[in-house]
Amino acid sequence: MLEITEGSLAVAEAVRLCRPQVIAAYPITPQTHIVEALADMVANCKLDADYITVESEFSALSACLGASAAGSRTYSATTSQGLALMFEVCFNVAGMRLPIIMTIANRALGAPLSIWNDQQDSISLRDSGWLQFYAEDNQEATDLHYIAYRVCEDPAVALPAFVCFDGFILSHTYEPVEQLNQADVDKYLPKFAPKERLDAADPISFGMYATPEYYHEFRYAHDKALKDSAAVIKKAGEEFKKLFGRDYGAMVEGYLLDDAETVIVAMGSICGTTKDAIDEMRATGKKVGLLKVRVFRPFPSEELSKALAGAKRIAVLDKNISLGSKGALALEIRDALYGSRVSVFGYIIGLGGRDVRKKDIKEIVALAEKGQGDIFYGLRKEVL
Amino acid sequence: MVNKDLELFDCGHRACGGCGAALAARLVLKGAGTNTIVVSATGCMEVFSTPYPETAWKVPWIHSLFENASAVASGVVASLQKQGRTEKVIVMGGDGATFDIGMLCISGAFERGHDLTYICYDNEAYMNTGIQRSGATPYDASTTTSPAGSCSFGNKRPKKDMPQILAAHGAPYVATASIAYPMDLMQKVEKAINTPGPCYVQLHAPCCTGWGFEGEQTVAIAKLAIETGLWVNYEMIDGKVTKVKKVVRKPVEEYLKTQKRFRHLFKPKRQDAEIAAIQAIADKNAEKYGIDIKLKKE
Repeated sequence: MLEITEGSLAVAEAVRLCRPQVIAAYPITPQTHIVEALADMVANCKLDADYITVESEFSALSACLGASAAGSRTYSATTSQGLALMFEVCFNVAGMRLPIIMTIANRALGAPLSIWNDQQDSISLRDSGWLQFYAEDNQEATDLHYIAYRVCEDPAVALPAFVCFDGFILSHTYEPVEQLNQADVDKYLPKFAPKERLDAADPISFGMYATPEYYHEFRYAHDKALKDSAAVIKKAGEEFKKLFGRDYGAMVEGYLLDDAETVIVAMGSICGTTKDAIDEMRATGKKVGLLKVRVFRPFPSEELSKALAGAKRIAVLDKNISLGSKGALALEIRDALYGSRVSVFGYIIGLGGRDVRKKDIKEIVALAEKGQGDIFYGLRKEVL
Repeated sequence: MVNKDLELFDCGHRACGGCGAALAARLVLKGAGTNTIVVSATGCMEVFSTPYPETAWKVPWIHSLFENASAVASGVVASLQKQGRTEKVIVMGGDGATFDIGMLCISGAFERGHDLTYICYDNEAYMNTGIQRSGATPYDASTTTSPAGSCSFGNKRPKKDMPQILAAHGAPYVATASIAYPMDLMQKVEKAINTPGPCYVQLHAPCCTGWGFEGEQTVAIAKLAIETGLWVNYEMIDGKVTKVKKVVRKPVEEYLKTQKRFRHLFKPKRQDAEIAAIQAIADKNAEKYGIDIKLKKE
């Protein structure tokens, strides 16, 4: 049933339907509406979960770690500084191969303090070994939670995931979202039954230390599982389409790509604005298309290079920057296209909530056509 | 009832000969029994007991990070309750993990009232990284970050009073114990895990490497700490001290002289004022907890 609802509330409802048994969370803007909604569900017996009101985000993820190791499906949500505070636990959770799902309402990182949107927070944890999904709209943000649990709890994957959606732009925006019902979700998402858990009847040790004789292989196995999860994502996405009609089988998604000379590559809510800008540019005869990256980890190099093979030039939009270098997505796309003759131009856009409009997308396409890239787009020179 | 013959902490671990912490782990598990899940903080005990792929723990055991053991344990407790399971959850942390870096997480877990027992094996410094001072290091102890020198007598502050801090959180059961009194230690652990809510037990666990004494002296030195009043074994129920180990007190010098970390108080010359200051700490402990046994005059 289609319902007009706030992004955070739509996500909270999807999380409820996934039946997490332990939730641990800490308030932080713009994520808080999700965990408030979940607390309300628990208080009104609409969700049978233990809700741990921790004293920090660091403890939120640590509590999820313990609960997951003890055999419960767990959930948390955070953003920005909260995610930064979880940094150490993030690497730990992934290394211990625990399938915790965490929603990230993407927000900039201080200093200077900013509560507004960009994707620096989750991108800064790209090396932590979690899967990373990015949603274009609230329907996708909602659905990706089912996909994430399904993929991550697959014994072949056994890894955690961020489901990222842009703070405020999506989290606080009302959009029509179609929610699944409990019976359908139960069909799609089986009960969490990990092969190993903390259990007095069968004692095992979790989180031992590894000497140089073993550590290297642990990391290899982790990396392999993350890369191999691509096939599991594809399968989970296809099955979701079969049951519910919406297709998440591919890790990247093209819009008017076939004859496109200039292809914009982007992640998150900016894809919606970009599609509108493309429609207007197409009306004036410009052959422009979009490649949306839905899954950033594992990075879909193969799908991406296939989809971009016909393009003359690529304009990559990054709502993040690896300071001293370039935007994370542009760097990875250059790597994926290495050896091809396609020109890749990177644009740092929309940091700390700077609005990016259709006219900006058009201007970026014009810059790419002139061969001008690797720039901070839209600088206000008067305040520099 | 405590089963003294139960061995749940296996031999073959990598602790130093005479390690007080290894003895503490063994005694704690005798007190806790098989229906126990242990959450360890990073530290000596974690490292010497679990070099992959070997483990000394015959109960389910998990280690995540240095400072988050109580938060991890909160999650384990929540998960067990949701599943209707009955295992008891014990956290094991050294004094660095407890007094310093993990204190936020401990405070959170205790404030939330999670049903867990936090056990601090207190060897009075960061031993795993090479004997640096912590909030549990006693006054005047020389460590690698509080070295005694020509213008320093070592650690400048007395121990932080962690048991009081956790009692102030409303912990229903708080106790101190020593590896020198194993029956008392095991009984306190048993009592703690069977008391609903967050409980705290702080164990005095001498470290031969860090304190500078021969490994066969561990128990004797732990006993001297009690006999001099520098360590007090007591129990607090709902914030009130209900049981104290009483002693005929010896001068603190007898304890200090046994360890290299205090040798600068005696060599190259005897530091009477410093020894008197440490004696004053013991006297204060004795008065606060009423540990002195008064001998009848003949």
